[in-house]
Amino acid sequence: MKKVSTREIYGRTLCELGDRDDSVVVVDADLSLCTMTCYFAGKHPERFFNVGISEANMVGVGAGLAATGKTVFVNSFAMFTAGRAYDQIRNSVCYPHLNVKVVGTHAGLTVGEDGATHQCVEDMSLMRTVPGMTVIVPCDAEETRQAVYAMADYNGPCYFRLGRAPVSNVVDSLPGYKFEIGKAVTVKEGTDVTVIAAGTMVEVALEASSALKVKGINARVINMHTIKPIDRNAILSAARETGAIVTAEEHNVIGGLGSAVSEVIVESDTRVPVVRVGVQDVFGHSAPAEVCMAAYGLTSDRVAQAVQQAIAMR
Amino acid sequence: MEASRKIELETIATKCRADALAMVRSAHSGHLGGSLSVMDLLTVLYFDVMNIDPEKPHDPHRDRCVLSKGHCTPAMYSILSRRGYFPRAWLSNFRQIDSVLSGHVEMTKVPGVDMSAGSLGQGLSAGLGMALASRVDGGKYRVYAICGDGEIQEGQIWEAAQAASHYAVDNLTVFIDNNGIQLDGFTEQIGGASNAAAKFSAFGWHTTEIDGHDMESIEKALEEAWSISGKPSVIVANTVKGKGISFMENNPKWHGNVPTEDEFEIAFKELDDRLAELGASWEGWAR
Repeated sequence: MKKVSTREIYGRTLCELGDRDDSVVVVDADLSLCTMTCYFAGKHPERFFNVGISEANMVGVGAGLAATGKTVFVNSFAMFTAGRAYDQIRNSVCYPHLNVKVVGTHAGLTVGEDGATHQCVEDMSLMRTVPGMTVIVPCDAEETRQAVYAMADYNGPCYFRLGRAPVSNVVDSLPGYKFEIGKAVTVKEGTDVTVIAAGTMVEVALEASSALKVKGINARVINMHTIKPIDRNAILSAARETGAIVTAEEHNVIGGLGSAVSEVIVESDTRVPVVRVGVQDVFGHSAPAEVCMAAYGLTSDRVAQAVQQAIAMR
Repeated sequence: MEASRKIELETIATKCRADALAMVRSAHSGHLGGSLSVMDLLTVLYFDVMNIDPEKPHDPHRDRCVLSKGHCTPAMYSILSRRGYFPRAWLSNFRQIDSVLSGHVEMTKVPGVDMSAGSLGQGLSAGLGMALASRVDGGKYRVYAICGDGEIQEGQIWEAAQAASHYAVDNLTVFIDNNGIQLDGFTEQIGGASNAAAKFSAFGWHTTEIDGHDMESIEKALEEAWSISGKPSVIVANTVKGKGISFMENNPKWHGNVPTEDEFEIAFKELDDRLAELGASWEGWAR
């Protein structure tokens, strides 16, 4: 099947959600053609507000709308929601636990050519530490579609991390796939090691798993689409059953998925090695998305290498 | 406004000033200066004009008020309590670990609070969101926001001002509590002259400038704001920080400092005298 970006399917689903639920209100800050809220705007103009290039204000407006009972989606690049409007998300949205879905598109290195100023690799970390915030990172189109509905059904703040670049279908291969907030998905069974991945890195982890198979290593792959609340049971079962863990994320290794998984492991009685694949605490660079991913070690080769490191540490 | 109504509102404001003092006295902390300057604005809103019912604090059709200068809880909570949203006994537990009354306004814990605030500059955006929601729902309610003149140094205020004007939300009315003082000193010396009316006017707002301690002027300015269609309104309320307590008035020291016991006694005495002037007493109101 054709690759499609998570932001594209997000935009289409949001519009569909708006057809069904007239409490849904969408706010954007002059990026509706990129966050793909343009579909909703075209269909439901009376419930769409483009506040201009003012992300702090956008989040505040979203909070005010939610305070009256609306289900609100506020949208910009990850850098400008989670990054720029952190204080507004914390104090105007999360502290009063308002029903605002903060959407950060163009997250991570796959923004590509726009370079480091736009390649947010800290958003999961920032959003994860705010009390009451739920953090969701879908890996493909179908998961994105289901997650939009799941977030709408949940009454409270969420951060939704999306990418710019088209991605392959991952969960389509799982029969009857049902997205549930906080419930990780085993996308490939395995007994020797577990790769816990999120977002774009789920597909990469699956590639690594296939390569490892040839070497006689059976790697389990878990799609950890919800970074918070993290699925402790899935992590601990993986630790017990496979004895080593690799995490893979298009994000700084500090504060995101790798940190969240490590926190669960070190506070358990199942101390297994954890190797974190991700951006190694550096800024990105302008280049095509796939070149960036390769340059910063977000590849199946690197994941396979990390798997061998983890097994060796066991 | 009838003379008797004016006296009634001034009496309420005076008693709430005493409540605010008592709250800060019991907590040994809190922001008195800005609470005393904003008290008359809150009195007119909550006791005179807003379409609200303390029995139904979550009524979806109610008017809303966002206290963007969210640290002025001694004023807001005195007003809400006197208006009947929660028992007066709560006030004496202000800023304590087992109390719902924190240092900054909280919508999840305190009946009558429409929006949490504290980090300055965020309330106007929330007010705009509420005003837009009212429009989506068919224009059922009005929204008020109250900002400090120091607070409008925050950039987000001007993002919101621009968007409110763009969306022509004429159900949004903003008070600037223009008391001329911020934490570090006189606003003019720190952030420059606020020139709030001229700035908002340039942003496309209807503007009025009034004496923010005159009940009748406040009410009239609100009536004028409601008559304006196609743009939001700002009422620059010229106020005195520390209003009503002689030694606090217009003195930057009283942004967040706590008076001594002797000073509290002087302050309460002045409010007692003011009540006597108004021909009112503490009857039915514990001090």
